[in-house]
Amino acid sequence: MSRQDTSDIVFRRILAVFPISILILVAGIFYQLVSASLPSLHKFGISFFYNSTWDPVAENFGALPFIFGTLVTSFVALLMAVPIGVGAAIYLAEYAPPGVSKTISILVDLLAAIPSVIYGLWGIFVLVPCMRNNIQPFLGKYLGFLPFFQGPNYGVGFLAASIILAIIIVPFIISVSREVILAVPSVYKESAYALGATRWEAIFDIVLSYGRVGILGAVILALGRAIGETMAVTMIIGNNAVITSSLFSPGYTLASVLANEFAEADTNMYLSALIEIGLVLFIVSIVVNILARVLIWSVTKGPAEVIK
Amino acid sequence: MVSYQRSCGSDQMKDVIHNAYNRTRTQRFLWNNAMVYILSLCALGILCILFLILFHLFVQGISSLNLNFFTHLPKPVGETGGGMANGILGTFTLLGLAICVGVPIGLGAGVYLSEYADQRFAQTVRFMADVMNGIPSIVYGIFAYIVCVLPMKGFSALSGGFSLGIMMIPMISRTSEQFVRMVPSQLREAGLALGVPKWRVTVDIVIPAALAGITTGIMVALARVAGETAPLLFTAFGNRYWQHSLTQPIAALPLQVFTYAISPFDDWHRQAWAGAIVLILMVFLINGWAQFYVMRRNRWTSGK
Repeated sequence: MSRQDTSDIVFRRILAVFPISILILVAGIFYQLVSASLPSLHKFGISFFYNSTWDPVAENFGALPFIFGTLVTSFVALLMAVPIGVGAAIYLAEYAPPGVSKTISILVDLLAAIPSVIYGLWGIFVLVPCMRNNIQPFLGKYLGFLPFFQGPNYGVGFLAASIILAIIIVPFIISVSREVILAVPSVYKESAYALGATRWEAIFDIVLSYGRVGILGAVILALGRAIGETMAVTMIIGNNAVITSSLFSPGYTLASVLANEFAEADTNMYLSALIEIGLVLFIVSIVVNILARVLIWSVTKGPAEVIK
Repeated sequence: MVSYQRSCGSDQMKDVIHNAYNRTRTQRFLWNNAMVYILSLCALGILCILFLILFHLFVQGISSLNLNFFTHLPKPVGETGGGMANGILGTFTLLGLAICVGVPIGLGAGVYLSEYADQRFAQTVRFMADVMNGIPSIVYGIFAYIVCVLPMKGFSALSGGFSLGIMMIPMISRTSEQFVRMVPSQLREAGLALGVPKWRVTVDIVIPAALAGITTGIMVALARVAGETAPLLFTAFGNRYWQHSLTQPIAALPLQVFTYAISPFDDWHRQAWAGAIVLILMVFLINGWAQFYVMRRNRWTSGK
């Protein structure tokens, strides 16, 4: 008996190393990023976030254009992806017959499985020419009075990157908001029907207002993906560190500056500044994820298997 | 939050009545019918984009996809032809290394959380794993650069595999915990009743019973990291020749697709499309295999 107990305790101790190593890994990533970006943190301090010069030769680093680019592309991408994604999720959860709903869900998962470098490839050779020849001239002609749709038209730029980002995040919005919508107790919907509500009224006034916190969580989760998305954006944003109101202009994001410049960083300060950008991405993504999960759990009542 | 959900019923019902009163009957039913079409158009639009991407991929890539693509090294700039054999082999090597890092830790953590952990600890680890899943892949690349590339003084296959491996850990841990938990407790009790120590029950009964699910989880994680490019940019770095050692830079299919796509040469663009087809087929096949496992499992449990 006692021999068995010993072997059990040993096994348990050994196995406990693995979950603890997950905790250590997260802490270790944070520690390594902070310690490697210390030179830059000391030298630039808070000015790193509002200085708009990025000059590796003079070793003067400010991340403002990249922060701007990340915020603009993510925001515009959400603007496009949220209505379509939530709309499709409502269709899948409430309208589509089970067979159709299942097929479409599988296809949407397929869309989510496409590697981002392939989105980038498609973006360079299909989307960018289309933007240059059709979409951007059209927008410039009819909406050119807005500052967003002015300026030279290269095809690559904020708008192209936002469209690719929207395509990449739409599957996440669909699958999470579908789960949230399905989690709304059907009693509420049925009582709306009993009051004579039409199907759409029951969905819009009851299901969406009950699930809106969870859907907000889905949107924030998608925002996290958009902020961290690297390859597709790097390939079509045009890599130009500017702050401008024009969406046609080539830009830069936090993740794409890492992808382009990290392997070529030749001085310690340069490397340290780039790692600080990585640190910013790390912290932002953690905050965004925690926020999103708490919101989703509040609707689905606990950490259900919503997020894979 | 709780108070909001409790009040949901009556307040929202008032909204329904209020909104309905402000519209005419025709308006209400027109909206109701229109929304069906608008919402289905949303779903249709997304499917169109998927088909558009797959269509372009196959139309553009199929012409460059031949035997040479799988058996030859990339040709120097200016010469046409050649292939990405080293990239394909490199991707498999990196995935193999990633499995060595990701599977033991992920599986161990999953089994511990399901079989041994108390709830508080389990919640914390689960939460951390979820948070890790949301960290941008390029950050893992930076981490691997700091802990592997800098001490080893050079880009290497090992550091590339390491960065992909740690990305797999949270995914594998979450799925394997789920599947181990699904093993019926009668199986465990039957083992324990025979006087078998708990660790033998876990290793010999619980894990084999959950093996199909665990494999599925590993495959899904593998499919996700197979297409990752960002963490490889400054860990595996890429290589235009065969790689002979794990401590040297190694080629990878997604990396090659990236470099070829942003190059100025037409022939390289064609090869990038071909590489993209191979990559996407690889990802879809691994995913499909995983789905097959799940389906077979479902049939087995529902037939019982």
